[in-house]
Amino acid sequence: MVEDLAMNEDTKQPMTPILKVRDGQVFYAEKQAIIDVNVDIHPNAVTAFIGPSGCGKSTLLRCFNRMNDVIPICRVSGSFEFSGQDIYDSEVDVVSLRQRIGMVFQKPNPFPKSIYDNIAYGPKIHGLASSKSEMQEIVETSLTRAGLWNEVKDRLDQPGTGLSGGQQQRLCIARAIAVQPKVILMDEPCSALDPIATATIETLIDELRENYTIIIVTHSMQQAARVSQKTAFFHLGELVEFGSTEQIFSSPVDERTQNYITGRIG
Amino acid sequence: MTESAIILKSAGSKRHRAEARFRAYGLIAIAISLSFLLVMIGSITMRGTGAFKQTFVQIEVNLPAEKLDPEGTRDPEVLRKARYGKLLKSALRDQFPDAKKRADKKSLYKLVSSTAEYSIRDQVAANPSLVGGTHPFWVRASSDVDQYIKGAIDGSLEESQRRVNDKQIAWIESLEAGGNIESRFNTQFFTGGDSREPEQAGIMGAVVGSALTLLICFLLAFPIGVLAAVYLEEFSAKGRINRFIEVNINNLAAVPSIVYGLLGLAILLNVFNLPRSTPLVGGMVLALMTLPTIIIASRSSLRAVPPSIREAAFGLGASKVQTTFHHVVPLAMPGMLTGSIIGMAQALGETAPLLMIGMVAFIVDVPGGVTEAATALPVQIFLWADSPERGFMEKTSAAILVLLGFLVIMNLAAVYLRRRLEIRW
Repeated sequence: MVEDLAMNEDTKQPMTPILKVRDGQVFYAEKQAIIDVNVDIHPNAVTAFIGPSGCGKSTLLRCFNRMNDVIPICRVSGSFEFSGQDIYDSEVDVVSLRQRIGMVFQKPNPFPKSIYDNIAYGPKIHGLASSKSEMQEIVETSLTRAGLWNEVKDRLDQPGTGLSGGQQQRLCIARAIAVQPKVILMDEPCSALDPIATATIETLIDELRENYTIIIVTHSMQQAARVSQKTAFFHLGELVEFGSTEQIFSSPVDERTQNYITGRIG
Repeated sequence: MTESAIILKSAGSKRHRAEARFRAYGLIAIAISLSFLLVMIGSITMRGTGAFKQTFVQIEVNLPAEKLDPEGTRDPEVLRKARYGKLLKSALRDQFPDAKKRADKKSLYKLVSSTAEYSIRDQVAANPSLVGGTHPFWVRASSDVDQYIKGAIDGSLEESQRRVNDKQIAWIESLEAGGNIESRFNTQFFTGGDSREPEQAGIMGAVVGSALTLLICFLLAFPIGVLAAVYLEEFSAKGRINRFIEVNINNLAAVPSIVYGLLGLAILLNVFNLPRSTPLVGGMVLALMTLPTIIIASRSSLRAVPPSIREAAFGLGASKVQTTFHHVVPLAMPGMLTGSIIGMAQALGETAPLLMIGMVAFIVDVPGGVTEAATALPVQIFLWADSPERGFMEKTSAAILVLLGFLVIMNLAAVYLRRRLEIRW
């Protein structure tokens, strides 16, 4: 099934996946949170992870940039590859991995610093700007791409925490793209936002697809249907079904998927 | 029964009365503690304010050139070496010729402070043109006279019951009638070191000693405490060892301070042979005492930093050290500083450990460095409270007021820092 979808939508040519998981397993102490997951994530597309709470979709998401490393009881096995390189190889530098695979969290979490410093922090620690003007350019580009530039250009020195929830989340997206990642992981990015802010973010995600690969974890099936091209349905730690969003929502193969999208379980 | 009747009835119910009673208990408790505080501060203030005034006596002193400066150089160095005590005594005898008997002369000389001759010496050395004439000099009254003027010695008592005898009272009255007695602001109290004479004693030595001690204490305890807290909270594995250390730090915070003093005596003085009675050792001992407080406060303010900030930094590819020192520590800093200032305020009021390491010595000079013998404010209070002279009573209370002043300033600084630096998210 995975192979069927490994085609570029325009050229219908097979594409190399940017992220590849084979027999992925994650344990929290003795409890297994992810069971034998195999999934290929293709570049420049939005992949949605859906499923009921506790199904392991956030856990899997956090495996891609090794955010699980900070949890001492968490153990990962199987093969996780990013552009053909094993993410969990002991040689891998987590810092540069996270620079390439950025993340946006459930609750907007800007640093309690100015808007400018929020964006500039990532490029600064990775040494992406050699001069002040270069840094200003990065800040402007990132904020523009996140659709926030026009709203904040006159108050870059004001605290990022003073923005509205939706603006804060776009600030976090801008902060993530400022370090020039290939992939952006989004962990329920709209769950703390009102419908209008959600709509803005969804439009933004659609625009970002052009330059980035996006994986979004969401509880809202409508959101998954709106923003994603591929959808993966998880249940109790297993990847139940993975396919084009259209197919998952119109003609799911697995009974559990059908039950979930029609609201019978979840 | 109507709706309103039900509401009215429940207003007088048991539950309502219980609430009213509880409020009353709370108010009573606050009133009691406030009144204790008022009584304490009030009585200290009443006793202590006298120390901020000092009685001065004006005496006409003849300064014969042949005695002070036989060679006529008018060199201040020569003038400093001359003896002024005799001149002062003869000036007193000239002013009150009725003092003929040996005992009377003795009580006459006791009108002025025994340090008065040095004050005349300093004035003459500073202004050599005074030599060779008779000039009026304002000198400190002795502590007994000072106390009598301030009303602390009751003149209506039997003569044998008071420190000022009838003749002295007569002389004081005649001096007062001539306008030769004045009460002035006692700058010596704030600028001088300790003295055996209450009228000469000041707290500057103790204040500087305390400041140097606290400086050493802060320089040692703050960085060590903060780094220990950061390591325990952010880097170390949260296992059994971490919990064991935490329990022990909490225990250390409750160890009586005199134990730290004994430790300082046994280890710092006897093993490492560090100089006795110095702010260096005092600061080290107080640092030991303050460390647990700073570690506990720092850990809890690190814990209060939301995990989302750490996630945000990790997500951007910041390393553990970058995340901790760029984001977490700056956010926890106000809490850490507040905890440290409160710990330092505790250290400022600490006496027992300083007694153990010998900072209780009688030291006249204001210390010039951390390795010079010094005393500290609370120890100075202890020393003065222990002195038999009546004049030291008001000094004790005044020194307590100064100490309380410093404590209030430090605690206000803690509140200010917390409000000023705190970042809300």
